[in-house]
Amino acid sequence: MNLAQLNIGRLRFPLDGPELKDFVDGLPEINALGDSSPGFVWRLTDEGGADATGLRPYEGEDDILINMSVWESLESLRDFIYHTKHLEYMRRRREWFDHSGLEAYLVLWWVPEGHIPTVAEGKERLEHLIKHGPSPEAFTFRDPR
Amino acid sequence: MDGMGEEGDSIAAVGALGDPTRRKVYDLVVASGRSVSRDEVAQGLGVARTLAAFHLDKLVEAGLLEVGYARLANRPPGPGAGRPAKLYRRSESQVAVSLPPRSYVEVGSLLAEAVERSGADLTLQRVAHERGRAAAGEDMWEVLREWGYEPFERDAEICLRNCPFHALAQEFPPLICGMNLALLSGLAEGAGWPVTARMSPEKGQCCVTLSKEEEER
Repeated sequence: MNLAQLNIGRLRFPLDGPELKDFVDGLPEINALGDSSPGFVWRLTDEGGADATGLRPYEGEDDILINMSVWESLESLRDFIYHTKHLEYMRRRREWFDHSGLEAYLVLWWVPEGHIPTVAEGKERLEHLIKHGPSPEAFTFRDPR
Repeated sequence: MDGMGEEGDSIAAVGALGDPTRRKVYDLVVASGRSVSRDEVAQGLGVARTLAAFHLDKLVEAGLLEVGYARLANRPPGPGAGRPAKLYRRSESQVAVSLPPRSYVEVGSLLAEAVERSGADLTLQRVAHERGRAAAGEDMWEVLREWGYEPFERDAEICLRNCPFHALAQEFPPLICGMNLALLSGLAEGAGWPVTARMSPEKGQCCVTLSKEEEER
């Protein structure tokens, strides 16, 4: 099985404004780092193909961004986000995003090898986590299943 | 859960360090930052190999050290030269004793989750930075040691072997590592240490390193 993850966040400022400059400027490097990390399988991109900042997973909520990816294991994802330069990026998350009105913003779940999840599937898993708490269907880093 | 057993083990672990020689043995293993042999400990402390072995094994019993085996390249010839050597390193486990009982790790976890949920990362970073500045002491190595960072030099950097907030940092990495960076930046700024704290996550040690600024020597 592979591990899928979905993460959403609400922009605190416009994506093209000065407040988000460091976030936007860092994306190519951080994404390239993820793509070349051990255990990386896939990540969601918009029509531009570089990243997923063009996608708006929730209709009418133009300030919610999404990222989604698939990894060979929980450890490989954990190593990338917490043990590489990504951590420095993540440390600054609240300068750029907040979670107002979001009950959960990250969900993990297992997918069969070769399966690429859709955004709708990821949103369902997030709903599942909110409704039922951590379970093998939808969990978080703090309650790995 | 029966907490008595764990508490008893913790007290026994701390008690094992009561002997001054054993304490030196423990400190030597910890300071090496790697696995060490009985011979290295004996030589380092100038004691007999059997005495070093006795204390090392007591520390393993107490759960403070862990044992591994490896073939050493420079092992002296003689009986047993072909066998892998017993090597000792600091154990991963954490020993905390508080009498009367105090549960700061649990409180820390609760508070961290509350901060995380309310998205107050930046407030935490601000507080940590202020605390660092206020606590600043001139002697960088001394201050880092007092905070429990176990600093050592590597290339032009000061690396920190221990994360004083390890348990919480494992649970809430961006939050606690961000706090830690802010704290160290505050300490460095407040006392004018010629270093810049930056995030440099590496498994098995603190996520922050201190890069030396251009020295005016």
